[in-house]
Amino acid sequence: MPGAAIECHNVTFARGRRRVLNGFTLAVEQGEVLALVGRSGAGKTTLLKLVNRLLVPDSGTVRVEGRDTREWEPIRLRRRIGYVLQDVGLFPHMTVEENIAVVPSLEGWPTDRTHARVAELLELISLAPGRFAQRWPDELSGGERQRVGVARALGADPPVVLMDEPFGALDPLTRADLHAEFRRIQMRLRKTVIIVTHDMGEAFALGDRVGVLEDGALIVCDRADAVARSQDPRVRRLLDAIPAVPR
Amino acid sequence: MRAVFAFWASHRAELAALLSQHVLLVALATAVAVAIGVPLGVLAARRPSVSAPIVAVANVVQTVPSLAMFGFLLPVPLIGGVGARAAAVVLILYALLPIIRTTIAGLNSIDRAIIEAGVALGMTPRELLWQVELPLAMPSIVAGVRVAAVVGVGTATIAAAIGAGGLGEYIYRGLSMVDTTVILAGAIPAALLALVVDGGLWGAERLMSSRRRRASRAAPAAAAAALLAVVLLSTGAAAGRSSGAVVVGSKNFTEQLVLGELLAQAIERYTGLAVERRFNLGGTLICDRALAAGDIDVYVEYTGTALTAIFHQPVTGTSGSDGGGHTPGQVYDVVRDLYARTGRTLLPPLGFDNTFAILVRGADARALGLKNIDDAARYSPKWRAGFGYEFLERPDGYPALARAYGAIGEKVVRTAEFAPALERALAADRPSLLWLKVDPQAITMSATIDQIRAQHAVKPS
Repeated sequence: MPGAAIECHNVTFARGRRRVLNGFTLAVEQGEVLALVGRSGAGKTTLLKLVNRLLVPDSGTVRVEGRDTREWEPIRLRRRIGYVLQDVGLFPHMTVEENIAVVPSLEGWPTDRTHARVAELLELISLAPGRFAQRWPDELSGGERQRVGVARALGADPPVVLMDEPFGALDPLTRADLHAEFRRIQMRLRKTVIIVTHDMGEAFALGDRVGVLEDGALIVCDRADAVARSQDPRVRRLLDAIPAVPR
Repeated sequence: MRAVFAFWASHRAELAALLSQHVLLVALATAVAVAIGVPLGVLAARRPSVSAPIVAVANVVQTVPSLAMFGFLLPVPLIGGVGARAAAVVLILYALLPIIRTTIAGLNSIDRAIIEAGVALGMTPRELLWQVELPLAMPSIVAGVRVAAVVGVGTATIAAAIGAGGLGEYIYRGLSMVDTTVILAGAIPAALLALVVDGGLWGAERLMSSRRRRASRAAPAAAAAALLAVVLLSTGAAAGRSSGAVVVGSKNFTEQLVLGELLAQAIERYTGLAVERRFNLGGTLICDRALAAGDIDVYVEYTGTALTAIFHQPVTGTSGSDGGGHTPGQVYDVVRDLYARTGRTLLPPLGFDNTFAILVRGADARALGLKNIDDAARYSPKWRAGFGYEFLERPDGYPALARAYGAIGEKVVRTAEFAPALERALAADRPSLLWLKVDPQAITMSATIDQIRAQHAVKPS
């Protein structure tokens, strides 16, 4: 298929002596959600940073929209990629509206367009603009903050969104709500998404495909049902970690 | 306290002028320190390798006593000299450390995740600085500005020593007159000013951390505009002053103030030239440097002081009239040549021999039958002796006295001002020795006036 949105080819990346990624290869199609699972320290966050050029691979190539990240102007690239951080990182000195409007303002959108966009995104993440636009981040619940983080990543309508354990810190019910919300939003927007998690259950809930990252390489990357049937012991350990309801 | 109010009431215009000088000086210095310190702090926070030297230098500057700092800056061209400009430079140097420190601390205390979010969203380093880092560091920076401004209000009182004006003038005047009322007349408004500045900036700080964006953007802008206005006003005021006027200086003790005022009035009376008075400069060195820098045009100096303190020449033989050393005429010739060589003109003497004398209480002198220093010297090892700093240092002062008469004073008290020392000596339970400059007998200033007339091309009236 021509022009995968994100391609990694034989990427290695080391932090000091430790090889974080080692011969990592991956292709994410346009409009696809890829959920990457791995334990803490498996190199998931590093991969995301390689995609938006916060990091550059030691060898191998990372291509976004067919272009090597080394050839992208970093600022241009990052503004085409929404990023949802593990600990949200909402700007505490800006209101919800200002947080969501960050990238549009950087891009120099006219005020009325930005304003309309913020209202649209707040509707999208099910927060009433009238009630939430002027709130401060510390006046939000954890779930609301995560939604705003997602809205901020979508601010300037980027084709690609990277999500780094976006729902990690939430209680299970809120998390389930947000999963549903995510699927609903993705049905409408059809973004190219890489979502990183250490929870296999979450990966199944969100990913069109699920990849498992171990020792710096992808050991499996397939549709959820195929991954669920995998006999690889490293994959089975992750599958067995999904909590089951006792009968 | 009633006396202080009465003093203010009778000096209303002067008080207002000194207060505004004080405010302008501190505002100007703080504004410039912010303009220098915040970028330096940003640089230091970005590059830890630069941070250590910057903070170290600012630390060292902070440890230099302010009066010494004024002295160091005197010979420096452009920024040094005497007056408000040099004072502003000193205040700026002192204000830098707290501002740099709090800028670094404010930037370093920002949550990493927030910075990372900014970068990941595609902010350029500049956008990140202006939209995220500086706003979040602002409360800390304002706290530093607050410290700097309050310290500045205090330090600015010392700036009166180099003729920068401000409320310190009352404090110095009061000290030299031993008049608590006058000291308080300067000290109280200075303290109140410090409180007002602190409170005002505290309000600004609150306004900014209250996160009301409209206010938080408007407040620094308003503050910056106010500061800019103040700076423009003060430079305007500085430019408006001292145009063609003869600037008369004086040191900071009573006799010098009297001589300076006599000189100033004589110039006004006999030449019709405008005279600007820069009295109360903090000592010989400051007067001399000010003269060399052209900040003052004329002041009264003593030939012996010029020889020893300014030109560091030895005094051959003991001073006085025992014929062993320079005669006053020889000293005058030597000093005139030294001045001429360094581009200054020593005018003809004013016509009085101003020397030191030694005082004891009249009652003690009568009881012990003291007639001269020789008599006093027999008892003086058990007495307490008070001498001024300059007298103690000058080779023809205390060292010569001690050489001629042996040990003087069981305990030598160093003092800056004569009058308080005199009060203590009179009240003491045992006899004391005190130095004193003998007052002028007849002062003729005609030669000085002629010279100034000639230089300013004024016809004899």
